[in-house]
Amino acid sequence: MMTFEKIAMRDAFAQAAIEALEAGVDLMVLDSDVSKSTRSTVFGKAHPERFLNVGIAEANMLGIAAGLASAGMTPVVNSFAMLLALRSLDQLRQSIAYPRLNVKVMGHYAGYSAGPEGPSHHAIEDIGIMRSIPNMTVLVPSDAAEAHQAFMAAVQFDGPVYLRLARNPAPAVSSHREQFVIGQGYELRAGVDLTIVGTGVMVARALEATDRLAASGVSARVVAMPSIKPLDAAIIERAARETGGIVTAEEHNIYGGLGSAVAEVLGETVPAPMQRVGIRDCYAESGEWFELLDQYGLSVDAIVAAALQVMERKDQVGVTR
Amino acid sequence: MSHDPDLIVELQRQAKQVRQMVVEMIAAAGSGHPGGGLSAVEILTVLYHHVLQVDPARPDWPDRDRFVLSKGHGAAGWYAALCTRGYFPREWLGRFRQIGGKLVGHPDMRKAPGVDMSSGSLGQGLSAAIGMALAARYHAKDYRSYVLLGDGEIQEGQIWEAAMAAPHFQLDNLTAILDLNGVQLDGNVADIMPIDPVVDKWQAFGWHTIECADGHDIEQLLTAFDAAQAVKSRPAIIIAHTVKGKGVSFMEHQATWHGVSDPDRLPAALEEVTRL
Ligand SMILES: Cc1ncc(C[n+]2csc(CCOP(=O)(O)OP(=O)(O)O)c2C)c(N)n1
Ligand SMILES: [Mg+2]
Repeated sequence: MMTFEKIAMRDAFAQAAIEALEAGVDLMVLDSDVSKSTRSTVFGKAHPERFLNVGIAEANMLGIAAGLASAGMTPVVNSFAMLLALRSLDQLRQSIAYPRLNVKVMGHYAGYSAGPEGPSHHAIEDIGIMRSIPNMTVLVPSDAAEAHQAFMAAVQFDGPVYLRLARNPAPAVSSHREQFVIGQGYELRAGVDLTIVGTGVMVARALEATDRLAASGVSARVVAMPSIKPLDAAIIERAARETGGIVTAEEHNIYGGLGSAVAEVLGETVPAPMQRVGIRDCYAESGEWFELLDQYGLSVDAIVAAALQVMERKDQVGVTR
Repeated sequence: MSHDPDLIVELQRQAKQVRQMVVEMIAAAGSGHPGGGLSAVEILTVLYHHVLQVDPARPDWPDRDRFVLSKGHGAAGWYAALCTRGYFPREWLGRFRQIGGKLVGHPDMRKAPGVDMSSGSLGQGLSAAIGMALAARYHAKDYRSYVLLGDGEIQEGQIWEAAMAAPHFQLDNLTAILDLNGVQLDGNVADIMPIDPVVDKWQAFGWHTIECADGHDIEQLLTAFDAAQAVKSRPAIIIAHTVKGKGVSFMEHQATWHGVSDPDRLPAALEEVTRL
């Protein structure tokens, strides 16, 4: 049974932002009329002089952040993930990524976590988009503890960072870790037959799938990949070499996300049978977060099925581990 | 211009029904956007039960008037208006925002009949309505295009790109309605990012402006829509003064009730609108 984090990633973020400012980071937190949803209002109440609400104007918010960063501040912009990845994308690319300015982009309500709001509010393309932009760092924490650590790592890093956060409390999978290192994946479970590489809330589901697979005699390794870019290519290469098969699991469209990133590494290093668990290139509907995950191909069953498929393909191509 | 008293009574009756449905749907879902749904009840009712030339039996009728809910989070209001107009059965309302239902949290034109444009990301609907009005002109049709905007929503830059374009194209078949309820998500519009002088802004962009002092008064709305249809060679915007959360005492004027801040109070809200 999974234990859930008591707080959501967005609450962890607000706390981390307060800590970062109080530790001396020249922080400026910006929001675009969703500060109650993103919890940036908690920071705003604690430090009103360091908080700006620009109204419903995401593009303007990104532009202002670029200016603040050019003058040496560390702006943290907040909105829904789908808006930051898409609505203000040009401003992000031209005014922030291209000049490599130190702006932290907080993509809230990511994946299906906006649930009943529906597909207009689901963010299923953001990882692929952000990953394709030069100079961007892309982080996808799995739980509140990791979100806190990832935020601290992001503000200590000089350059644009996209941080993808889920709306609701998620199962706790990372909290034992000392610190968050950008560019590093983590082996959470040892295994020899194949490796499941997960990100975000799918890490918890990968762990559940592993239990299920163990019952049918398959020993699956689990690697958590909170840093999508830079990607920990070494841990993937090692997994391919040592276990001979890979499954990726992400709350994102099947194109452009973690699965694509891992396939790129495998293709250029140790090609191995691989299956991707992700959204099958469609828009969903309204529904509760976990309900949508199950309905749209991101269930524990789907991971198990993908793993068994990889095992079968390993047999076919004669991979001996 | 005075209007048929029977028509007014009938529209008031429909509006009451729409208001009840909005709260019912949100209560059943346990989430949603009561504030901006309730402020638009009379506007949507007058549109669907009087102004729009539509046929619920033929939602795809090419010559129908078009309506875009640019403030897509007001979906409950739109769905209720569509339901009372006969687009779909009342049972659908009970599955609002739920998996397997057709009434998605923000309007989805591929799911619900009568929805002419998907929305949810604010600031985009005026442009779409311009496209619809232009299509009518290119096809030599006389249907009209209507779009409902939120007052926080018009902080988006795209709104002003569109505001510049519509008068340039001389779109007298386009009517925008501004739901001027003074409240957005995080607080009052005047505190977050003021839009005043809002009437002057639209005028300066070349629009014919029509102020509606009480956007919950059926007769005033009827008069405003008549005036909008009479304008020639440029678009009109009805600036309707409304109350966010109208009809539920503890929701009125409250940013906290933009969304559902306390699901436990929804039954009390339902009781209030049923008593109206
Ligand atoms: C582009 C975009 N930014 C932010 C949001 C989140 N959001 C939904 S409703 C809303 C407030 C809208 O206020 P207003 O336009 O005044 O609507 P109303 O008062 O009629 O509900 C916000 C910020 C969104 N849906 N789209
Ligand atoms: Mg408003």
